[in-house]
Amino acid sequence: MEYIGIIIVAILVNNIVFSQFLGICPFLGVSKKVDTALGMAGAVTFVLTIATIVTFLLQKGILEPFKLDYLQTITFILVIAALVQMVEIILKKVSPALYQALGVFLPLITTNCAILGVAILVIKKDYNLLESVVFAIATSVGFALALIVFSGIREQLSLTKVPKYMQGIPIALITAGILAMAFMGFSGIDQVFK
Amino acid sequence: MNNNLKVFFNGIIKENPTFVLLLGMCPTLATTSSAINGMSMGLATMFVLIMSNIVISLLKNLIPDMVRIPAFIVVIATFVTIVQMVMNAYVPALADSLGIFIPLIVVNCIVLGRAEAFASKNGVIPSFFDGFGIGMGFTLALIVLGAVRELLGTGKIFSFKIFPDNFGALLFVLAPGAFIALGYLIAIFNKLQDKKTN
Amino acid sequence: MAKLKSTFKNMFLSLFIISVTVGLLLAQVNKMTAKPIADAKAMKLQNAIKEVVPAFDNDPVAEAYKMPDGQGDSLTVYPAKKGDEVVGFAVNSNSNNGFSGEIQIMVGFDMENKIVNYSVLQHAETPGLGAKMGEWFKDTAKPNQSVIGRDLSQGNLSVSKDGGNVDAITASTITSRAFLEAVNKAYAVYKASDADSGATKKEEAEKKGGENEQ
Repeated sequence: MEYIGIIIVAILVNNIVFSQFLGICPFLGVSKKVDTALGMAGAVTFVLTIATIVTFLLQKGILEPFKLDYLQTITFILVIAALVQMVEIILKKVSPALYQALGVFLPLITTNCAILGVAILVIKKDYNLLESVVFAIATSVGFALALIVFSGIREQLSLTKVPKYMQGIPIALITAGILAMAFMGFSGIDQVFK
Repeated sequence: MNNNLKVFFNGIIKENPTFVLLLGMCPTLATTSSAINGMSMGLATMFVLIMSNIVISLLKNLIPDMVRIPAFIVVIATFVTIVQMVMNAYVPALADSLGIFIPLIVVNCIVLGRAEAFASKNGVIPSFFDGFGIGMGFTLALIVLGAVRELLGTGKIFSFKIFPDNFGALLFVLAPGAFIALGYLIAIFNKLQDKKTN
Repeated sequence: MAKLKSTFKNMFLSLFIISVTVGLLLAQVNKMTAKPIADAKAMKLQNAIKEVVPAFDNDPVAEAYKMPDGQGDSLTVYPAKKGDEVVGFAVNSNSNNGFSGEIQIMVGFDMENKIVNYSVLQHAETPGLGAKMGEWFKDTAKPNQSVIGRDLSQGNLSVSKDGGNVDAITASTITSRAFLEAVNKAYAVYKASDADSGATKKEEAEKKGGENEQ
C-alpha cells in the first residue's frame, strides 16, 4: 500500500516535470516528435534507475559511515557522469539495437537535472533501497508520461498558426503551463490510498 | 577594458541565458515563486559561474583535453558545495526555500557551458567578465520572472505590497504560473530584440 | 605554457591533483561551517519554542524528553520553567494526513490546558491555500478560526465541517484537519507530561537531546 502511494504521488501528484521542475531541458528539447520523446523517456528511465541505486549505496556505504556527507554533490555528479559513459559503452557492445534507439540521448543525460535531483531526493526523503528504486522508476514513468503527452500536443501545435513572437519555446511553455494545471487536478489523490 | 565590458553586456542581453539561450530552465522555473527567491538563486549561480570560470581559465593548460569535462565538473561541484555549506550556515531559511536546487546548480547547463565555450579558451580577466555578465543576465532574468509571478500571484514585489493579495491570481505562484509567465516573458523579449535590430 | 598532452600519466596526474586539492578545500570549509550550521539549527528550534510558551528561564532543549502519543509513535516535549516552576510545555507534533507530505508543528500549552501559541516547523502544503496555516489559526480577531487560548480539556478540536468548533482554512479542509490532528496529538502528550511534571518521573522518561528531532 505504501508503495502504491509513492508511485501515484511520483507519477501524478508530484510529477517530476510539472510540479518538481526537474528535467525541463530535455522536456523542451526533445519533445517535438513522439518518436524521439519515447527514446528519451526510455534512456532516462534506464539511467535514472541505475544511478539512483548506485548513488544510494554509495551514500549509505561510504559517505555516511565516514562522515563525508559534504562530498555528496561532487560524488553523485561524477558517478552519474561515469555511469552514463559506461552505460553507453556496454549498450553498444551488448545490445546494438537498444543502443541505436537510446544512444543519441545518452550524452544529454549527464546534465539532466532529474537524475541528480532524484538521487538527492531519495536521500532527503530517507527512503530505504526498495522505496528508492520504486520512487526512481515511478518518477521515470512520470517523466515519460509528461514527455509523451507534451510531444503529442506539440506535433499538433506545429500545424497551427501561432503569433510570430510566440512561436517555438514561448507557446511550448504556455502549453506546458496548461498541462501543469491539469496535473494539479491530481493533487490529493493519494489520500485515497491511505 | 572596452572589450571586457562588451563581454559583460553580451551576457546580459545578446546571450541572456534565460531569454535567449534558454538554458538552466529548471531553477528558473522552480525558484521564482517570489522575487527574493529568484534573486538568491541567481546570485548563488553567479558566484559559482564566476569562480569556476576563473579557476578553469587558470588551469586550462594543466588539464589534458580528454579529461577536461570531468575536471570541469569537479571544479564546479566544489564551488556549488561551498555555496551550499555557507548558505546552510548563515541564511538557513533561504537555503530551505531553495532546497534541492542549490546542489543542482552543478547540472545547470549554463555553468558547464561557459566553462567549455569561454573559460577554457580565454584568459582570466575576460573569463571573469564573462561569468559576471552571464551570471548577471541570469540573475536579472530570475528577478524579473520572480517579480512578475509574485506581483500577479500575491500583489507584492519583494514582499512590498502593491495591491491587496486577495486580488492576486494564486495560479502564478504555483507551478503552472511559472511556465506561463516565462512563456510570455520570452515572447516579449523576442519582440523587443526584434524591434532593436530592425 | 603549452597545453598538456592527453597522455595517460598527464590525465591521471591532473585529475588526481585536482581531486585532492578540492577534497582538502571542502574538508576545510566543512569544518568552518559545521558549527554555524549546527547553531542555526539550534536557533530555529529555540525560537520556535520561545514563540509558543510563556516566558521561561531554563533550557528546554536540554531538558527535552520523548513521550508516547498513544498511537505507536512518540513526540518530543520541551518543558519551559521559570525558576523551579513549570510554566508550560512545547510539544513537537506532526501529522501525515496533510494534502502533500508531513506537517510538523510546535504547539505550546500553559498549565491550564490552554494553547499559548503554535509554530509550523515543516510542511509541503499548497502555497496560498494550505500553507496559510502558519497564520490562519492565529488570527485572534476571528475567534472561530483561531486556536490560540483554546482549552482542550473540553474536548479535542475539529473543523466545523466535521461538527467541530474551528473554521477550516478556505478551500483547504484536508490541511486544516491534519493541522488539528497534530494539535490534538500534542495535547494528549501534554496531558501525560502535565500529570508527570509534579513527580520526579522525568528522569525515567527517556531523556533525549534536541538534535535528534531534526
